Amino acid sequence: MQRLILIAVPYAWLLALFLVPFLIVFKISLSDVELAIPPYTPTLSDGLIQFFQALDFENFAFLASDDLYWKAYLSSLQIALISTLLTLLVGYPMAYGMARAPEEWRPTLMMLVILPFWTSFLIRVYAWMGILSQEGFLNQFLLWTGLIGEPLTILNTTTAVYIGIVYTYLPFMILPIFAALDRLDGSLIEAAEDLGCSRFQAFWLVTIPLSRNGIVAGSFLVFIPALGEFVIPSLLGGSGTLMIGKVLWEEFFNNRDWPVASAVAVILLLILIIPIVLFQRNQQKQAEAEQ
Amino acid sequence: MNRLSWFNVTSLTLGFAFLYLPMVILVVYSFNESKLVTVWAGFSTKWYGELLGNEAFLDAAWVTLKVAVLSSTLATVLGTMAAYVLVRGGRFLGRTVFSGMIYAPLVMPEVITGLSLLLLFIGIGLDRGVLTIVLAHTTFAMCYVSVVVSSRLLTFDRSLEEAALDLGCTGFEAFRLVTLPIIAPAVISGWLLAFTLSLDDLVIASFTAGPSATTLPIKIFSAVRLGVSPEINALSTLMIAVVTIGVISASLVSKRNSLRQQRDEQAAARA
Repeated sequence: MQRLILIAVPYAWLLALFLVPFLIVFKISLSDVELAIPPYTPTLSDGLIQFFQALDFENFAFLASDDLYWKAYLSSLQIALISTLLTLLVGYPMAYGMARAPEEWRPTLMMLVILPFWTSFLIRVYAWMGILSQEGFLNQFLLWTGLIGEPLTILNTTTAVYIGIVYTYLPFMILPIFAALDRLDGSLIEAAEDLGCSRFQAFWLVTIPLSRNGIVAGSFLVFIPALGEFVIPSLLGGSGTLMIGKVLWEEFFNNRDWPVASAVAVILLLILIIPIVLFQRNQQKQAEAEQ
Repeated sequence: MNRLSWFNVTSLTLGFAFLYLPMVILVVYSFNESKLVTVWAGFSTKWYGELLGNEAFLDAAWVTLKVAVLSSTLATVLGTMAAYVLVRGGRFLGRTVFSGMIYAPLVMPEVITGLSLLLLFIGIGLDRGVLTIVLAHTTFAMCYVSVVVSSRLLTFDRSLEEAALDLGCTGFEAFRLVTLPIIAPAVISGWLLAFTLSLDDLVIASFTAGPSATTLPIKIFSAVRLGVSPEINALSTLMIAVVTIGVISASLVSKRNSLRQQRDEQAAARA
């Protein structure tokens, strides 16, 4: 009896507030827009036959016919991919440095990486608005050093979005890589060097392959959320930055086209399934390797 | 691996500068006299004064705090239950669906979670306000709590529970007297995580909040869209200060506890 309650309560909660809402999104993506509130034709009220008659793939056909949507999907994929690589380039050397730091420093360094994660995401993105703007600190600094003659336009471009994603997701990249490097047996590298590898060869042939799991985990932890990101492109990106999270938001709040917004959501999820499954598999493999 | 090369030192220095400089600039310029955020015009705390006089921000802060306390507490209860079911529940009908529903919200884009919950609330005719935000935040936060708690439950010596049951505890008593005290640190960090996730959330709250309830992130977002403002810098500084103090004191407490535990274990070993 106790066991039943223990299982039933969280189960029912998740069914009602996670699975059912998701099915509603799926259903609405197949219905028609009405100009009333709620702005979609309520289905299911007039019997099952009509219910199935009312469903169609109009919204999906609309998504396919309008350039905006598939361009937004492609450019989100591209932005997420490039920023994942950039985060790896910034994060790996940091994780590597942390793993080679004296043992007693490591907890402090770990905390310094985790601390920004606890501070508001919104504020961390906002902080860059003052740095990247025309009269912002970066431009002031570059003008002062004489590197540039006139201020660069960085805010409201895709470059600013890259910077924002790298900045906010950096801890997610560093922590799994650090965890992998921290476990790495130092004598393996010494052995490689004794056997005639240069330091760089030892790094490339021993360290990198042995931290592969950390690299893969960190990359997915950046790539998956970056793909559906909304706050960063809307604060740092410009009108030229197309990202699907922003398109969905605007479709919903500005155009009030709920069926199209739902169709956008369904396709975004379909795209996400592949990296999510790959990520799960990597985690499982790692867990099995540890046992 | 205790050889820090110049390369390691440089990458750590540059990396941490990258992580912290933006926030340092934000904090410093919140004390700027000028309305122009990028030009230094002398030290002043006037933006803090203005912030404290701004009713709309104070109201939003109050709503945010209420939502965060309610949803993180609910999420901790539900998430701990879910973790217990996942780790100790054995086989039951629909276990795969259940664990899928625990892990899926962790990777679900916020725009989708927000949209789907809003459509549900409208479908069942629930007025949007504090209640709907609490329901929404509880749902995604309980999944984080359950991941944190179940990792602790996995490394836990089961024979302790079995001993309690053998000695005549009911299942619930064994949980309350044995399991809960041992997993308490994980439950507390789960609560803290749920609390900060709720404080921080913009996207899901924007979808599920009605006109009657505005949270601080929604307020900040609409102000920030128009550009940088010294008042928001002051607000950000306060939030950064609270989090920094919280995280550092939490880590000091846990460090002291682990030192004490070590001492106790050594004392026990000597005895």
